[in-house]
Amino acid sequence: MSVIFEKSIPGRRGIKPKKADVPTSEIPAKYARHNELQLCELSELDVVRHFTELSKKNYGLDTGFYPLGSCTMKYNPKVLETLPKLPGFSQLHPFLPQLRSGSMLTQGALAVLYGLEEVLCEITGLDAYTLQPLAGAHGELTGMMLIAAYHKHHGNKKTEVLVPDEAHGTNPSSAATAGFKTRPVPTDKETGMLDLEALEEAMSEETAGIMLTNPNTLGIFNTHINRVTEIAHRHGALVYYDGANLNAVMGRFRPGDAGIDVVHVNLHKTFATPHGSGGPGSGPIGVAKHLTEFLPISRVVKRKDSTYTLDYDHPNSIGYIAPFYGNFAVCLKAYAYILMLGAEGLKEASEQAVLNANYLMNHLKDVFDLPYDRKCMHEFVLSAARQKKNGVQAVDIAKALMDEGFHPPTVYFPQIVSEALMIEPTETESKETLDAFIEAMHRIADKAEKDPESLHQAPTSTPVGRPDEAKAAKQLDLSYPGA
Amino acid sequence: MSFTANTPEQQKAMLKDCGVSGIEELFKDIPKEVAPKSFALPRAHAEMEIQQLFDDIAAKNYTHLTKFLGGGYYDHFIPAAVNDLAGRSEFYTAYTPYQPELSQGTLQAIYEYQTQICRLTDMEVSNASVYDGGTALYEACQMALKQTKRSKIVLDSGVNPVYRNMLHSYTTNLSIDFATTEVTHGQSSREKLFSELDDSTAAVILQNPNFFGSIDDHSDIVEHCHEKGILVIQSVYPVAMSLLKTPGEMGVDIATGEGQSLGIPLSFGGPYLGFIATRKKLTRKLPGRIVGRTTDPAGKETFALTLQAREQHIKRQKATSNICTNQALCALRAHIYLSLLGKEGFKEIANLCHSKAQYTKQRLQQIPGVEVKESSPTFNEFTLELPTNAEDIVGKLVERGIAPGLPLGQFYKGMENFLLVAVTEKRTKYEMGMFAEILEDTICQ
Amino acid sequence: MIPKDRKYTQAHEWVKEQDGELIVGITEHAQEELGDITFIEMPEVDEKYEQGADCAEIESVKAASEIYMPITGVISAINEELEDEPEKVNNSPFEQGWIIKIKDYDQSQLNELLDAEGYSKFLEDSQ
Repeated sequence: MSVIFEKSIPGRRGIKPKKADVPTSEIPAKYARHNELQLCELSELDVVRHFTELSKKNYGLDTGFYPLGSCTMKYNPKVLETLPKLPGFSQLHPFLPQLRSGSMLTQGALAVLYGLEEVLCEITGLDAYTLQPLAGAHGELTGMMLIAAYHKHHGNKKTEVLVPDEAHGTNPSSAATAGFKTRPVPTDKETGMLDLEALEEAMSEETAGIMLTNPNTLGIFNTHINRVTEIAHRHGALVYYDGANLNAVMGRFRPGDAGIDVVHVNLHKTFATPHGSGGPGSGPIGVAKHLTEFLPISRVVKRKDSTYTLDYDHPNSIGYIAPFYGNFAVCLKAYAYILMLGAEGLKEASEQAVLNANYLMNHLKDVFDLPYDRKCMHEFVLSAARQKKNGVQAVDIAKALMDEGFHPPTVYFPQIVSEALMIEPTETESKETLDAFIEAMHRIADKAEKDPESLHQAPTSTPVGRPDEAKAAKQLDLSYPGA
Repeated sequence: MSFTANTPEQQKAMLKDCGVSGIEELFKDIPKEVAPKSFALPRAHAEMEIQQLFDDIAAKNYTHLTKFLGGGYYDHFIPAAVNDLAGRSEFYTAYTPYQPELSQGTLQAIYEYQTQICRLTDMEVSNASVYDGGTALYEACQMALKQTKRSKIVLDSGVNPVYRNMLHSYTTNLSIDFATTEVTHGQSSREKLFSELDDSTAAVILQNPNFFGSIDDHSDIVEHCHEKGILVIQSVYPVAMSLLKTPGEMGVDIATGEGQSLGIPLSFGGPYLGFIATRKKLTRKLPGRIVGRTTDPAGKETFALTLQAREQHIKRQKATSNICTNQALCALRAHIYLSLLGKEGFKEIANLCHSKAQYTKQRLQQIPGVEVKESSPTFNEFTLELPTNAEDIVGKLVERGIAPGLPLGQFYKGMENFLLVAVTEKRTKYEMGMFAEILEDTICQ
Repeated sequence: MIPKDRKYTQAHEWVKEQDGELIVGITEHAQEELGDITFIEMPEVDEKYEQGADCAEIESVKAASEIYMPITGVISAINEELEDEPEKVNNSPFEQGWIIKIKDYDQSQLNELLDAEGYSKFLEDSQ
């Protein structure tokens, strides 16, 4: 299939804007572009066919099972997609509420932001939220900045953040971006939970905070969560909760109840907004009372007459994380999702997510190594160590699954398990889908024993085979030539 | 209503396979001490109720105001095909393309998007996008700081104040010095800019057109900076790029900007699209995702994420940036938009914006008491000085159905009577005429 | 394969003394772990680095790894061939895939490094 620029026909027109109803003006030569901007020249139908063909080479959640660990690829309800398209939302200019009496022009939008903050507080047990972070990693950075602001305000000299060794890569990189050093804390090999002794040892006067995911990326709930917060607080450190795995515990655990100081949620995971093939997402941050003064501005407040307005009067705020109020269209969808499900629906979602994961785990542990053979939460990690003995690695299993019609799970993460396969089915998958996946995995395990070479050739049924990634990094071809 | 599928019978069978008698057993690891103190949310709503509810909420937003409001975010025409194509579920329900064999659609689209950005800005390499124009500027700063190993950034005061606020917020805990030039509306003052440069300066940040609407040729600034080993970062307005001298032509090192004007709705603040493009030698310093073209074992053209060794999932705390996502769906929209309009259509849009802005400027200039501020040319936005407080006048015009522009007093001290007016291709002669009449009427009262 | 004519560090680097300079590269084990090497970010010639400081970085398709200065000294040369052919580090880690050369180094630190046997044992113990 050609790159779109290859299809260009000089002189062909696509969409034509309306004719000018005013005299044309020229840009003075000194400031004008000297070469011609070479965009493509195609008809509207050419363009429609090009992108339609491209879409057919993509596998989305609507296409089939997508068991990526810690990504929570749950169904994206279609009604949510209709909401941002309402002109009352899509055409709303973000500067409007900043005009004189402008908040009265945007009461609907402000109500959505305020409403989402309220329900997130209740779901996670925290006291206040900011919706400004524009993605998960952006939320992490915001959380780290809040922790830094807190310590600075209290005159504490804290330079280090502790990060469990099974943590997502954005955890240490966000801490570093906020100016902290990071120190890893090991996971106990027996229990799969954070090693409390090692934690106590790693804590010092320099520790600003600890970043925690619970359940962790192994899908294991830390039963000692109270002790973790106790140890941290005793050393004057704050606890940050990465909400990537919140889908396991809605209605059954609220990080705020365990004394956690900062909570991060991913609207594009737990709250069903689509992943968009890599964004846009949204990573709201919740805080306990002692941190609310540091939240980014503006904040949405409700006045005595029940109207909403923007409030900038927070002298200790960390400032502006986003240009405006966050990814509003994403927040809107998440808010509607929470209103659709209600408390019962969210609780049910977590229950079915955990049941689906345990069901899969039980049916796969006979043919794959299971480093932590115990009940899991919403996800679990297998190891292809057994298959590696025959020369079949996690990557080969992933590619073979494509030929079986499935998107593979996450591979090579968490790094503490060798040849890791991290599987999260989510609650929206049916038993038939899970059974089909189980059968496919058994077929692959069988091939790994009897015909391992066939797995090295996989995938063979996809639009392309395994890309030469070394070549991609050495012979950089990052844009189509010929401007 | 949680979109789950399995019936009670199926669940029973599954629980049995797991060796438990009920769901509760699967949650026994959660200690009683942390059981939720409360979980009281609004009641569940059926789909039909949601549609009604949000119709009512949307109705409380005043989008009918005729928009002369800009400040970096504009009311542009979005072709229907953009929504249609970007709304294909294979695009929007897919995950990040870490498994290239199943994501050639996304990967090729992003490769093409990267090409579009390079062509728009006349730069050599673009990444797959970042969150918005403000974070793009921050990432560009980081690139310059790392490349030069210096610690100071000089900001022109004509750079969008929204972005400058973000830059200051992100860097509070980092040892970076910021110097902002003294304010002038109109083009950047070379004198003020050059007086801030010293041996510790890593980069200078400019904007074209700047926040006041002035267009400029920054080549002389670039030359002066390069002599001192200082990099130049320029934030640009993409619609203007078909007509204005590009960052590439000026010798700029890193070009950034906000892509909202390329087929992305205003949506009350997001999601938006940050683009960032640079010269070949800074390629490995680029943050975020980049798509490259390579081959598969059969020699077929194949696209894949590349240079991933820079990214957080490999380098963790040493990554070039903590950024994980790109705004893939927004980048896709921008690419579709540019493809639909094409070479001539996009230029025509830019011409309409410029011509209509000139027309509006001339009409408003005729109003006694209203003064157009710049001595230099403008593109789609310009600054007016009104006889009295701009916020008051704006308040009155809003009551009469017009959002006439952005009062600058909230951003720049001493500019309380100044108004920033934006005109896009959507504005009609009638609307522009009405604006002038109502403004004249309001002022003369 | 662990040549006996040189010293080793626990960061899987080798150090060979030759004509008053030290030549530094990474071991067979390291190149295998990294996979296909795609790029090496080199230090500046004539820069001084303390022992243990990051002086270079190796990128492969799936990983990125620091090269730590094995001994305090001054960079006297970098292997420029690696710019176009980084795969030399994979194919010939001990010979053509050398990375940097060091001069004005601290001899006493050199004596404290592992010898071939010591490195071999270190590898065994860590697996």
